[in-house]
Amino acid sequence: MNEIIESVKNLSIGFNSQKGKQISILRNVSTNIKKGETVGIVGESGSGKSTLALAMMGYIKQGLFPLKGECLFKSEDLLKMSSRQLEKIRGRKIAMIPQNAGQALTPNLKIGYQIDEALRLHTDLKKTERDKKISELLNKVRLPSPETMAFRYPHELSGGQQQRVAVAMALAGKPDLLLLDEPTTGLDVTTQAHVLELLRFIAKDTGTSMIYVSHDLGAIAQVSDRIVVMYAGEIVLEGPARKILKEPIHPYTYGLLKSIPKLSLDGLPSSMPGSQPQPGSINEGCSFYDRCNLATDHCKKNSPDLEHIKELDTNVRCFNHKELINQNNNLQTSITKKSNNSEAIEVLKLKDVSISYAKQKFFDQLFDKISDQNPTVKDINIDIKKGETIALVGESGSGKSTILKSIAGLLKTKDGQIKFENDRILSSDLKMRNPNDLRAIQLIFQNPDESLNPNHTVEQILSQPLKLYFNLSGEELKKNIIELLKKVRLGKFYMSRYPRQLSGGEKQRVAVARAFAAKPDIILCDEVTSALDVSVQAAVLNLLQQLKEDLGTTYVFVSHDLAVVRAISDRVAVLYQGRLCEIGPSQNVYKFPSHPYTEVLLGAVLEPDPDIKPKLVAEDVVEEKPPEKGCSFQGRCPRKIGNICNSEVPPWQIGENGNAIRCHINIEELASLQQ
Amino acid sequence: MESNLITENKQKNKLEKAFEILKTMASKPSGLIGLTIVLFHVVLALISPYIAPYDYKAISPNTMLLAPSAEHWFGTDSLGRDVFTRTILGGRTALTVTFFGSLIALLWGGLLGIFCGLVGGKIDDVVMRVVDAFLSIPWILAMLLIVSLLGTSTEVLIPALGFFYGKGIVRVARAATHDVIAKDFIVSARARGHSNLSIIWNEIIPNVRDAILVEGAMRWSWMLLGFSSLSFLGFGVSPPTPDWGLMISNARGLMSFAYWSVIAPIVGLSSLIIGINLTADAFAKALGIDRSTKAPV
Repeated sequence: MNEIIESVKNLSIGFNSQKGKQISILRNVSTNIKKGETVGIVGESGSGKSTLALAMMGYIKQGLFPLKGECLFKSEDLLKMSSRQLEKIRGRKIAMIPQNAGQALTPNLKIGYQIDEALRLHTDLKKTERDKKISELLNKVRLPSPETMAFRYPHELSGGQQQRVAVAMALAGKPDLLLLDEPTTGLDVTTQAHVLELLRFIAKDTGTSMIYVSHDLGAIAQVSDRIVVMYAGEIVLEGPARKILKEPIHPYTYGLLKSIPKLSLDGLPSSMPGSQPQPGSINEGCSFYDRCNLATDHCKKNSPDLEHIKELDTNVRCFNHKELINQNNNLQTSITKKSNNSEAIEVLKLKDVSISYAKQKFFDQLFDKISDQNPTVKDINIDIKKGETIALVGESGSGKSTILKSIAGLLKTKDGQIKFENDRILSSDLKMRNPNDLRAIQLIFQNPDESLNPNHTVEQILSQPLKLYFNLSGEELKKNIIELLKKVRLGKFYMSRYPRQLSGGEKQRVAVARAFAAKPDIILCDEVTSALDVSVQAAVLNLLQQLKEDLGTTYVFVSHDLAVVRAISDRVAVLYQGRLCEIGPSQNVYKFPSHPYTEVLLGAVLEPDPDIKPKLVAEDVVEEKPPEKGCSFQGRCPRKIGNICNSEVPPWQIGENGNAIRCHINIEELASLQQ
Repeated sequence: MESNLITENKQKNKLEKAFEILKTMASKPSGLIGLTIVLFHVVLALISPYIAPYDYKAISPNTMLLAPSAEHWFGTDSLGRDVFTRTILGGRTALTVTFFGSLIALLWGGLLGIFCGLVGGKIDDVVMRVVDAFLSIPWILAMLLIVSLLGTSTEVLIPALGFFYGKGIVRVARAATHDVIAKDFIVSARARGHSNLSIIWNEIIPNVRDAILVEGAMRWSWMLLGFSSLSFLGFGVSPPTPDWGLMISNARGLMSFAYWSVIAPIVGLSSLIIGINLTADAFAKALGIDRSTKAPV
């Protein structure tokens, strides 16, 4: 068990800058991978975790080169091998599972053929043996009906199934080491939990060592035996998973764990200030100095070495780690948020809203109507109160973003009404709305890279809404822009910068500032934090909450992440296949009794705690269309009671906590079932 | 006071940016050669009337078809006119006509393409089918018709060439617009309620400008060839105006024994076209549109 499979020694990888300076991305990294062990490598984007993982299979990205050190796989240096020699090792000894299996599989070849290809390359089996092996592998990764699966094309599978096929292909060569680069990042919560469970099973079953690279401590916590925390190209903390997660003795890991929203906590996670230094900008001292609240003058001048702590079996790169040793109780705290529900005036009402993506038939086009019996989103009734944060939660395809677009006027509704302020009906056509209504509802998007014009400076970006709605110009305009930047905690000097010169968090702040420039009543947030690193996510969440408390804005917050929703929202609406399942005050939705779908979602949430294992109750099948009759969740429901679920739409039941559940099962019965 | 400072900074930045692009273009041999050739032709076109050694239209029976010599560097043509004089003057009309022609092509093609890309739907369908219809007509036939109806003055040639070479740009501009139209910053502008015009001006043009400019530069070299072809066929500028296409056409019958009078305009024309092509390529690379080279990291 203690045999070392791969060992990285003093590895530094870097590139030459345009000015001819040598800049390192990885600095003096040393670690060992033992046989049968799963090592999680975690870090923010740009920390060098992927570069390290790729170097471990002898691959270095174009433009980069090793500066010093070695990567020994069974005492052979991978970085010195020729591509011929590497070919023999890759696939057979070291296999990789990519982040996006949908893109890694060849779209025009059948699944079976692609696995067969891997088998032919890496084994000496005959045709009949290979065929047997294929169904064996498909069985092992728990794909439904492995016999027919081999004859399917990648596009016929869901994201989770594609990821399973990628796992099967990687296992084809019986590798000693499996490299996983963010294998669950693009997947839905329930699918993610299932894939992780599969990986854990495979690690145990085959005795393969795994390197699991991710930014998500929740996922890492589920699979890893040991965790390596990277920061700015260095290992800052390394040790057994349990110790790292429960007793983080490096201030970065400590801050990271605190900035993750947790289901058990009511308030907002605390954020870490600042951002990771750019490669090449670290000259002397600790790389975490700028963001550390334990930092002393000593840290500024001297860079700490990795120090082994015997009691915890942990390596740490910090001078002051002792101060953190007994602070782990503080990990379970959060910032309480004020909610101002006292006014309780309804600003926005969705009444029987249905939205369809179906193409209009010829006659419907003539009369400008949509006749779709089974629309994507159906009969949504939500009343949104002034000053509250209401979250729409669901997996991809649940129609949450679709509803948001309709509120913004970007998508026409099929039926129903959207009422704004004093029951005035808002047209679902953008062009029919008056400018003041357009101003009152603003959008913030998921990806700030796409939502900011790359050819505009921050000043130009922020001046767009100010010019449009308030006709500002000259000094007045500039004053307002500076004020907005101040609101989102950015300095005046950001005005002349382009989006590409900003970090992800800064970009999202600019996007937030642009939304607030219109002095809106309602802000629609579409997955606003899912493209950000956790520490930045916490900062943006805190900023949004602060702005809301100061300005009394109403948020409609769309997210797939239940923990984030728990942290920010006052009320939660759970959606499945475009139909409401449950709606109620946030703290109650997270308590039982819940709708069976909510139960499934809550069970699948990954927490950065090795003691909390996800509960997998439903199959992670993907339904393409909502069912025509009955309950929307009938296809996957673990608590289905019979025919009534298929034929009748369940009634709303209001629990004593004030959350409404749409299920055929009596609410008290549901409560006792879920205990 | 302070806002003045900022606008000054911005303008300086734009100049610096242009200079930076030029520097990147010149940093590779092909770009440097292209730029040098184009610069040479432009300078020559500007100063040629002052340095031309002879009168371009002076016919003299005594000096017919003389071989190159110290007096007549490139020899003389069948009417005894100095070929060197006519060659250095010959680029003037071609450059002016095609430069303004390309500008017109860029403007109408680019704007129409962006508009179609943005609004989509039925308007887009109709416009694009009309453009396709025009693309299917051999442009030279249509040009001949226009020229024979309206004459061969530059006032006719510039808009006519601009029209025919702009219809290809419509497609490029529309495709470039489609690339950015799905991005959230456009959706965001729409949701704010900006007008189409404001979205085109503020959000789309800055993002498709580069692609359209490069396409325009390529069109310029094609138009140069097209313009010379018209002259060659006798439908371009009228004699005795010195023009490369016309010169090649006039001299080609005598090519077997007076090759000089045809070589000089050919070298002039082809070097300019090659120069523009190289420059356009380098321009695309400097702007990062070219996808054949990858970023280092």
